[in-house]
Amino acid sequence: MKIAVCVKQVPDSWAEKKMVNGLLDRVNVDAVLNDLDEYAVEEALRIAEAHGGNEEGGANTVTVISMGPERATEAVRKALSMGANDAILITDTALAGADALATSSVLAKVIGDGGYDIVICGTESTDARMSVVPAMISARLGWGQLTFASKVTVDPAGKVSITRVTEAGVDEISAAFPVVISVVEKINEPRYPSFKGIMAAKKKTIEQRDLATVGVSSQSAWSQVNDATPRPPRAAGVKVTDEGSGGEALVNFLVEKKLI
Amino acid sequence: MSNVFILADFSGDKASKTTAELATAGARIGAVTAVVFADAGKGAAFAATVNQGPIANVLIVESADFAKHGVPAVADALANLIKSKSPAAVLIASHAFGKEIAARVAVLTESGIITDAVDVSADRTATQLVFGGSTTVHSKVSHGTPIITVRPNSIEADLTSATPAIENASAEIGAAAKLSAISSSQPPVKGGRPELTEANIVVSGGRGTNGDFAAVENFADSLGAAVGASRAATDAGWYPHSHQVGQTGKTVSPQLYVACGISGAIQHRAGMQTSKSIIVVNKDPEAPIFDIADFGVIGDLFNVLPQATAGISAKKS
Repeated sequence: MKIAVCVKQVPDSWAEKKMVNGLLDRVNVDAVLNDLDEYAVEEALRIAEAHGGNEEGGANTVTVISMGPERATEAVRKALSMGANDAILITDTALAGADALATSSVLAKVIGDGGYDIVICGTESTDARMSVVPAMISARLGWGQLTFASKVTVDPAGKVSITRVTEAGVDEISAAFPVVISVVEKINEPRYPSFKGIMAAKKKTIEQRDLATVGVSSQSAWSQVNDATPRPPRAAGVKVTDEGSGGEALVNFLVEKKLI
Repeated sequence: MSNVFILADFSGDKASKTTAELATAGARIGAVTAVVFADAGKGAAFAATVNQGPIANVLIVESADFAKHGVPAVADALANLIKSKSPAAVLIASHAFGKEIAARVAVLTESGIITDAVDVSADRTATQLVFGGSTTVHSKVSHGTPIITVRPNSIEADLTSATPAIENASAEIGAAAKLSAISSSQPPVKGGRPELTEANIVVSGGRGTNGDFAAVENFADSLGAAVGASRAATDAGWYPHSHQVGQTGKTVSPQLYVACGISGAIQHRAGMQTSKSIIVVNKDPEAPIFDIADFGVIGDLFNVLPQATAGISAKKS
């Protein structure tokens, strides 16, 4: 099977994020592999390992696909050190400020051209938090959509079944290859890259493509930020120490604020 | 006057409060048409519950494909309705289902999309709170039909009763929307408590519960609140992941959030700091969550919560 995993480099979730000219400042901030994409990489590797492996000469390949600045090679390298075979990084100055629609258009073109059977994504990035790109890729490619999966079962003959978990309940869904999957974080425990994996990742290929090579024209964002204002930090309010009547003080606060 | 679509939102077989919230926002832009997608023969019953909020019309689309194929089928039908009726905007609830519908509809109708709006104005400008609620952003769709998902519980709903005109429509569902097949569907397990993202009050427990959520749950029940949990608590297996509040879990914005035994790592705060009022109960006076609390009790939750629960029950009786 040919498996692709879409990953994104995001600002570290511990870092303070700022907007500059209506866009997230991605330059002056520590960047990491999106936490939620690690589950996607792990699931891709587990699927490959369960069906003949992705070692040299194995039955499967796992390719990491990412779009971002050149610096995103760091995040891609992390996915490679976990055990993916190779990577494609789409990087082009014309893509700065791309929205989810433009991103999904570029990713869909690369995925469609790659002849993959399965594409796996995280459910969202921790920076934009939109949760829309997997569904957009599925719609653009006309591939089956198997999203918010807490369990994935692959029949290498060409069928994938998932358990979908959302606030609307639990669904069992299946579709024939090729499919777009997104996985929720409870699906697995992502492995830490081993020393051997980190060394091996240094020798793996990250193929860089610009928009011309991908073969799509740049598309400006279809929504614009008018303004972005930092909200004043919440001021700390009243603090009492429980000396036997803390619960009563809490109830009095609720009554005073008309919350009950 | 222009026409605005809202995707009617249901909790079980009844329209949720979110439907009225979407209608309230939509009515600022134009006359609201609530679109109801239902299994064959079930549309009228669902539509009859869409009776709160400024809703002018209900459009019923029935097909067995919605239950069979889920998101892609609903999105295809909605996109085709948008193409034929050209609404000025489409408002959809911001949960997993709604966001995925919006995503596919944006692609299919070549329209810009904004997710997680907490407000929408008459000129279709959306307000979002980003980076864990630390920044307010105003943005606008500049191409196609604005597709905007609105976070439940953000807009004060106009709950006046509605007597909308009801119309049936058919919508085409393409082959590409029928590639995935749903073989079974289970509704969420309801513990008799409100849905986390829609609740007016949320009481959450963290590491300080040591795995015992009884005090948190009893307190929540005395307030009619939903129960949340920190990632530390869900990772430890003390509470289901579906109740996790924070950066990698649910984002909630209730009238009142009560954090019990939660230290308040930035990832947790990202999921709750836009709550209108925040109360904290924690043994550790240095816990960072006290910095954002309107009212904090430094104390053991196993002493404070039962006393507060008894106090509230006494007031109610």
